[in-house]
Amino acid sequence: MLTEEERREIEEEFEHFDYKQAVSVDALKIVQKHRGWVSDESIKDIAELLEMSPAELDGVATFYNLIYRKPVGKHVILLCDSVSCWVMGCDRMRAHFTKRLGIDFGETSEDNEFTLLPMQCLGTCDHAPAMMIDETLHRDLDEDKIDGIIERYKG
Amino acid sequence: MSEPIREKPLTKNFSPGEAPFDLKQYESGGGYQAVRKAMTEMAPEDVTGVVKEANLRGRGGAGFPTGMKWSFVPMGDRAPKRKYLVANADEMEPGTFKDRLLLEGDPHQFIEGMILAAYAIQADVAYIFLRWAYKKAEALLGKAIAEAYEAGYLGKNILGSGYNLELYLHTSAGRYICGEETALMNALEGKRPIPRTKPPFPQTSGLWGKPTIVQNVETLCNVPHIVANGADWYKSLSYSGNGGTKLFGASGKIKRPAIWELPLGTPMRELLEEHAGGMQDGLKFRGVLPGGASTDFLVEEHLDLPMDYEPVMEAGSRLGTGTMVILDDKTCPVGMIRNLELFFTRESCGFCTPCRDGIPWTHRLLDAIETGDGKPEDIDNLDFIINTITRMLGRTFCAFAPGAVEPLQSGLKYFRDDFEQHIGEKRCPYAS
Ligand SMILES: Cc1cc2nc3c(=O)[nH]c(=O)nc-3n(C[C@H](O)[C@H](O)[C@H](O)COP(=O)(O)O)c2cc1C
Ligand code: SF4
Repeated sequence: MLTEEERREIEEEFEHFDYKQAVSVDALKIVQKHRGWVSDESIKDIAELLEMSPAELDGVATFYNLIYRKPVGKHVILLCDSVSCWVMGCDRMRAHFTKRLGIDFGETSEDNEFTLLPMQCLGTCDHAPAMMIDETLHRDLDEDKIDGIIERYKG
Repeated sequence: MSEPIREKPLTKNFSPGEAPFDLKQYESGGGYQAVRKAMTEMAPEDVTGVVKEANLRGRGGAGFPTGMKWSFVPMGDRAPKRKYLVANADEMEPGTFKDRLLLEGDPHQFIEGMILAAYAIQADVAYIFLRWAYKKAEALLGKAIAEAYEAGYLGKNILGSGYNLELYLHTSAGRYICGEETALMNALEGKRPIPRTKPPFPQTSGLWGKPTIVQNVETLCNVPHIVANGADWYKSLSYSGNGGTKLFGASGKIKRPAIWELPLGTPMRELLEEHAGGMQDGLKFRGVLPGGASTDFLVEEHLDLPMDYEPVMEAGSRLGTGTMVILDDKTCPVGMIRNLELFFTRESCGFCTPCRDGIPWTHRLLDAIETGDGKPEDIDNLDFIINTITRMLGRTFCAFAPGAVEPLQSGLKYFRDDFEQHIGEKRCPYAS
């Protein structure tokens, strides 16, 4: 069941469009914001509200890199591994995360604090390597900087 | 080649490290005068006319003439009741970071460009399609849109002209193909965002089947300046017949990676040696993707090329987004191309077989070569996939697949020895 709050937030999006289906991505993001991820049950509930079939909505949900159809950790690390960051050493950053947190791309740490995912070019190539953690951008990374950042998020 | 006047209209309001201009500051620098001029003195067709005459070409990668695109939109009483303008702010082409700068540096300039474009085609509704990751731009745009509504530049009866425009900000959820304009329209409609067949073209049948124009952020940012200062002034900003300045950029192991606003047609050598400060100490220039991940490599012999649509095309590549990625002599070209094809493998929408199956195949072959498992026939297989996809030019649903093989085909041409050495020595010669 969608909460009152989720339903209200989704309905507010309706006014930007003439068709309910058009808010599908917004609706998925709203539910994900409240629950961390989008379950099968949520897909059914949102589909009903948008007058779509659950299969069609799932086709949308699974298409996007940032709609999580599985639970993720408390913080999601989105490490850019596109070309400029690759030239500037993102493979080393990835290895460092694996060393520090014991996780590689697609994995969540045992304490459920962090999920590590590859990210496409973050459009900050003059400050590569770069990543986002949740909604915050971190740039000009090196191993020391990553250590400091991990400590801050762990707290 | 005529010497351009040295003005930087797109970045003149930028103050790095500080908040961008709010409405009042923007207005006091002449902002929204172009909207005022258009609404009081110009018919919609006049706006299209001056943009056409200015030879503004799209800055999103394909370089299509902007005014011409607008002139395909049905106008007058018999035109469909709803028309749409969409600003493409999905910037996800690897190595491209220019639209972010424009959105964060001067959001009102961008909104003014949108209002003018919408007015020219008489759109009723405009959407900004913003990529998820641009959180700062999202906040700044939200504020700027509210200010523009408040001041009467958006909404009903704009500046007493009788023209109405609603503008909404949509943020996506991360998928490169959403930047392709027909996939973008499916995304906005809330469908699975795969591209659509063309024709029909969006100009006559786009969002919900209505006439729609999709335009890159940088393209739109040029429009206020063209309307305010005229086509002749705009053309005098560049070295060539294509009008305007361009945001050029460079990343990789150079001394000063950044974005610079310079005349269209500025030589690549000037960009790399003067503005980027040359290569980092101890490294040599080896090659460059001139306009993002889906453009062909260029090499040393091309350094004196003017960075403009035609010359880069004649050299076998594309100006693309004008943001260059530099390959140095200590970075493995095979590894770099493997990285590019991994990106395209992940981001292919899966609609067309040669793209869905061919691109991952190139990645598997490149991975084998890079890790010492390559065989001589792997190069033939790469050639086969490239030929299959390029022979099908215009037969895949979108330009993703041909773009995806561009760095690969040119990489094989310019760095062939590297491929052969990897296969011969069964290892990557660059690995320490
Ligand atoms: C795979 C693919 C991705 C694209 N991504 C973008 C993008 O992120 N931003 C953009 O402006 N254009 C992108 N384009 C180009 C658009 O389809 C379209 O040509 C452009 O937005 C038109 O605007 P312009 O004429 O102002 O350049 C992409 C094209 C393809 C084939
Ligand atoms: S070329 Fe690739 S990305 Fe474009 S429609 Fe076909 S499968 Fe999708």
